[in-house]
Amino acid sequence: MSVLMPDVNLSLLLPEIVIAVVAMAMLLMAAWAGDQGNRSMVAVVAVSAVILAGGMTLLKGGTAAAVTTFSGLFVSDRLSSFLKILMCVATVLPLLLSWDYLKRHRLDEGEYFVLTLCALLGGMVIASSGDFIVLYLGIELMSLSVYVLAAYRRDDPASNEAGLKYFILGSMASGLMLYGISLIYGTTGSTLFSHVHHALAEGHGVGPALHAGVILVLAGLSFKIAAAPFHMWAPDVYQGAPVSVTAFMASMPKIAGFAAFYRVLIDAFAPLHHQWGPVLQLIAIVSMVVGALAAIAQSDLKRMLAYSSVGHVGYALVGFVAGTPLGYQSVLVYLSIYLFMSAGAFAVILVLDHAGIGEKIDDYRGLAQKKPSLAFLMALFMFSMAGIPPLAGFIGKLQVFMAAVQADLISLAIVGVLTSAVGAFYYLRIVKLIYFDAATDELTAPIAGMSRLVLLVAAVVVLVWGVFPSSLIHWAESSLKI
Amino acid sequence: MNTVGLHHFLILSAVLFGIGLFGIFLNRKNVIVLLMSIELILLAVNINFVTFSSYLADPGGQIFTFFVLTVAAAEAAIGLAILVTLFRNRATINVEEVASLHG
Repeated sequence: MSVLMPDVNLSLLLPEIVIAVVAMAMLLMAAWAGDQGNRSMVAVVAVSAVILAGGMTLLKGGTAAAVTTFSGLFVSDRLSSFLKILMCVATVLPLLLSWDYLKRHRLDEGEYFVLTLCALLGGMVIASSGDFIVLYLGIELMSLSVYVLAAYRRDDPASNEAGLKYFILGSMASGLMLYGISLIYGTTGSTLFSHVHHALAEGHGVGPALHAGVILVLAGLSFKIAAAPFHMWAPDVYQGAPVSVTAFMASMPKIAGFAAFYRVLIDAFAPLHHQWGPVLQLIAIVSMVVGALAAIAQSDLKRMLAYSSVGHVGYALVGFVAGTPLGYQSVLVYLSIYLFMSAGAFAVILVLDHAGIGEKIDDYRGLAQKKPSLAFLMALFMFSMAGIPPLAGFIGKLQVFMAAVQADLISLAIVGVLTSAVGAFYYLRIVKLIYFDAATDELTAPIAGMSRLVLLVAAVVVLVWGVFPSSLIHWAESSLKI
Repeated sequence: MNTVGLHHFLILSAVLFGIGLFGIFLNRKNVIVLLMSIELILLAVNINFVTFSSYLADPGGQIFTFFVLTVAAAEAAIGLAILVTLFRNRATINVEEVASLHG
């Protein structure tokens, strides 16, 4: 009698294993060290683990296309490597730039870093999922960690409220997605992406139940990336959560959400593009419009950035709506650029938090007189978010709209261009406040070394990718084996 | 004729799912009720999975159910923990009073 050996290839999971083992070891370390322990030790271990995992993914990533293990449950290909590297960067940058902030607010307990690493692990699992079960577990691991992070300042009612709102709406979104998955399972007979793809291509089970399932899954995933009309949690949560968490939440979980879109839309639902394309198009248009209009009325900078991120999600979704190789590639380009713009903007906010400047937009009046270097960097990131050449934000938007035009979605591209013109208003308003308004009070803000580093990296990347985008575009292109 | 079939289970789960959704959107009183509504949604999903699993004679759906049950337990624990910290600071769990964040 022969024993059927399970299909297990642990070498494909090495980055995930590193993160999981380090996260659990850190939990013990933090418990052992207690309050007297050396806190920065835990932070150093966390950052090195993420860099190690990112490096391993980078070294491994250049090889083959689509290797699976665990009977197809876990997929490793260039796309997943690209997304995992982005997620590692999106975890390291917020950790570095909030180094000082966490110390000052006494948030740098081990648990903070454990939760951050668990969220990253969830994101990496999403990027490699080959089955709805794995996708669901990845999404929940990430979401549950981020709910707790949002509520991390236990003594701050705003942070509690942010965590509670995020938890309730996020759990409901997971419920919607799960109900959709159950309908897809019932109609196609499997939760494996490749089987679902096969069944749909053959036309098995295509009917109202399946369509409802696809739409529920899209709605659930749209919640996770805060695409309008499923964005109502984002402004409250961005405002209430600690700034360091908002900086993290603005990039890593969004990239993970887009990873889920890649896996689900390409690996499972590709034969139904004519059905989910229009739904996603509607979501993209509403997101772009909401992002552009709602941000104008905000007086809180974090709320404004929340609406701005809704807009950015809308632009990135345009690439999926196109459904062409150029479209998928443009989403990767957009996400890579957005990650650095967002890290840079939050780095400025965190540096000014040290100076006792609040998070209101009016607090930034006359920043140029007080801190010319910071003012210049903030203006740079705002111009880039507005999509003004020669900065990277322009390249991202250009790629996305090119994909839309190429796929004959001219009206979508026109909406995109119009909303970015409206959106430029509120970004430029901040630049105006910084440069042309009189300062109200004095400011002495020492800039911590780590924040300097992140600001420098983000500014250089935004400039270099704006002028020489070909390396990024080429990398994104080679990550999609279409 | 009078046997309980696939449709009955699916209708039951759709009704539970609907009650859960309405519980979240219409409830203006108590955060605990919101947590109960979320559990109801997850239970509706579980009924769906087990029904389809039995109908398709495929164990995959039942495996999914175990994962959903486990995650639901973790979710409830985290939700209650956040609720407890909120109650300590605000001394209320009324949905309408938990609305200090706005633009």
